[in-house]
Amino acid sequence: MNLVAENLSYKPDEQFHLNEVSFNFEKGNIYTILGRTLSGKTTLLKTIAGLLTPDTGAMKFEDKDFLKVPVWERNIAMVYQQFINYPHLNVFENVAFPLKQRKVDDQLISDEVTKSLKSVGLEGYENRKIQELSGGQQQRVSLARSLVKNAKILLLDEPLVNLDYKLREQLREEFKNIFSQGLSEDSIVVFSTTDPREAMEINGEVIVLDEGKVLQVGSAKEIFENPKTLKVAEISNDPPMNILKASIETNKIKFEEIEVELPNHLSNLKEKNFNLGIRASDIKLSDSGFEFKVELAEISGSETLLHLKRGNSRIIVSIEEVLNFNIHDKVKINFNISKVYAFNENGVLSSSPFGGSYV
Amino acid sequence: MGKLYKFLKYFFITFWAVFVVAPFLWALTTSFKDFNSVNGGATYIPWVDFEPKLEGWRVLIKSPANGGVDIIEPYFNSLFVTCTASLISIVLGTLSAYALSRFTFKAGFVKNNDITFFFISQRIMPPIVLSIPFFLFLGAINLLDSLIGLIVVYIVLLMPIAVWIMVDFFNKVPREIDETALIDGCNPYQAFFKVVLPNSIPGLIVAGMFCIIFGWIDFFFAFILTFTEVQLLPVKIVALNSSITPWWSLSASALVSVAPLIIVAFIVERYLSKGNLSGAIK
Repeated sequence: MNLVAENLSYKPDEQFHLNEVSFNFEKGNIYTILGRTLSGKTTLLKTIAGLLTPDTGAMKFEDKDFLKVPVWERNIAMVYQQFINYPHLNVFENVAFPLKQRKVDDQLISDEVTKSLKSVGLEGYENRKIQELSGGQQQRVSLARSLVKNAKILLLDEPLVNLDYKLREQLREEFKNIFSQGLSEDSIVVFSTTDPREAMEINGEVIVLDEGKVLQVGSAKEIFENPKTLKVAEISNDPPMNILKASIETNKIKFEEIEVELPNHLSNLKEKNFNLGIRASDIKLSDSGFEFKVELAEISGSETLLHLKRGNSRIIVSIEEVLNFNIHDKVKINFNISKVYAFNENGVLSSSPFGGSYV
Repeated sequence: MGKLYKFLKYFFITFWAVFVVAPFLWALTTSFKDFNSVNGGATYIPWVDFEPKLEGWRVLIKSPANGGVDIIEPYFNSLFVTCTASLISIVLGTLSAYALSRFTFKAGFVKNNDITFFFISQRIMPPIVLSIPFFLFLGAINLLDSLIGLIVVYIVLLMPIAVWIMVDFFNKVPREIDETALIDGCNPYQAFFKVVLPNSIPGLIVAGMFCIIFGWIDFFFAFILTFTEVQLLPVKIVALNSSITPWWSLSASALVSVAPLIIVAFIVERYLSKGNLSGAIK
């Protein structure tokens, strides 16, 4: 009864858009596809929708060969990152369109559309033209249109990315509400995003995708605590996890002429040289710390992102307050060494503060 | 600077308007004149300069036996040929354009752009080059000097215009709109007719307008491919000019022959000014 895919590959040109992607999506669950732009997220969603046919692989849903079912018979819903609605129809007609297509009774259409518009906070907008709405409202209309169908598979392709900050926050809250109460037991939600925080907040099963390949599958917590590879660590953290070339010498970690105490969870590393990973939030300014040079200071919201350099290494530090720095200032920082990750020279996680290892 | 610019702007607009309107004014006044007024030099103001007469307009509806100019039949021939050919061109052109815009064709080295270019290339050649093959072709299938034959030829001439305009238009309609329609349960035909086409009405109107204009004003093929049975309006007007037709009837005929285009222009202008043509698609 699940949506099962086996080894889906799609290579329309030089590069793989999907590379041997397999998954098993169960009903009643939310799946988040996390990946950077061009990682194949949209391709994967379009393949599930049936808008693209993969070169190889198989997909089954409710024990039927899903690849043989045409798009219009799949009973899916999809929200695009661009606000896609039917410009020639008003808000009500837009939301009613999929039901009309199914030849649902007029009274029922009216009830369902009203209910759906209410759930996205657009009651009273029924007779507006699409062009008269703001971007956020347009996106709500397409969300309402996809919810009204009660589709068995709901695909959301970066639905929040083209919205401004405030609307994004607001709509994300609404998504969480809709996900937590409005979804029926037998539908599958697939949500794609580039934003790791969004993936954590949605809190479903996360699939990390890069260059069309599935890098890791797991709960949001699992991905955050034990990223399988350097690449996953990079993708699943914003700002990306800092990676430093380090080595172990007699109970010390050495990197860039810095020596720190070897934490317990790294004590049984086999290799001498490894990649040290540390999150931007696990580095603090401290007078007794190590000296780095400021390359750039970004203020975003209530935090400051410091881009620092020492020797050949560049790191990003996030500070929970707004501070002014000049370029080329010297700052001193300390590492929260109990939170560092070790990846071996092939980039695979060999030790994490949460005890995971893939070596 | 601003004032000078404004002055120059209105000066040139006025100049151009006079330039365009003057021949119409000339034809309009002439159509209400009689022999004496026409030969009495250039006069423009009715009742002051000359005494207006309706003789020029009356001959339009008189039968040839009573001295009429006999343009009613060519008029309806032209209407029929232009409208039919435009309609067929728009239908075929729109469907082809949608296919060229949405699907990928490949036959050897021939791809979508080459096919589009093939359509447009039909308009690159001078008409004289096409006339001989058309003549032989219509002769071979016994359609010379017939309305059907003219319609076939006009479709060849007008469809490229429709394809060209509509390909460009469909390319601007986001593909995601078709995809959303498919996801919402439309098969590809329903997606086209229920969603893509209603959003392409401005393009259809522009394409239709061009087809009607180019079909209506064509003289060359109407002249070459017809002899005695069938006559189209442009050919008839020119024929009037070369026979002994009074200036006033000739002027009235000419005005009547451009009337449909003026009506089309006004309708489109209305449509344009309502703002429907722009902003249909975000």
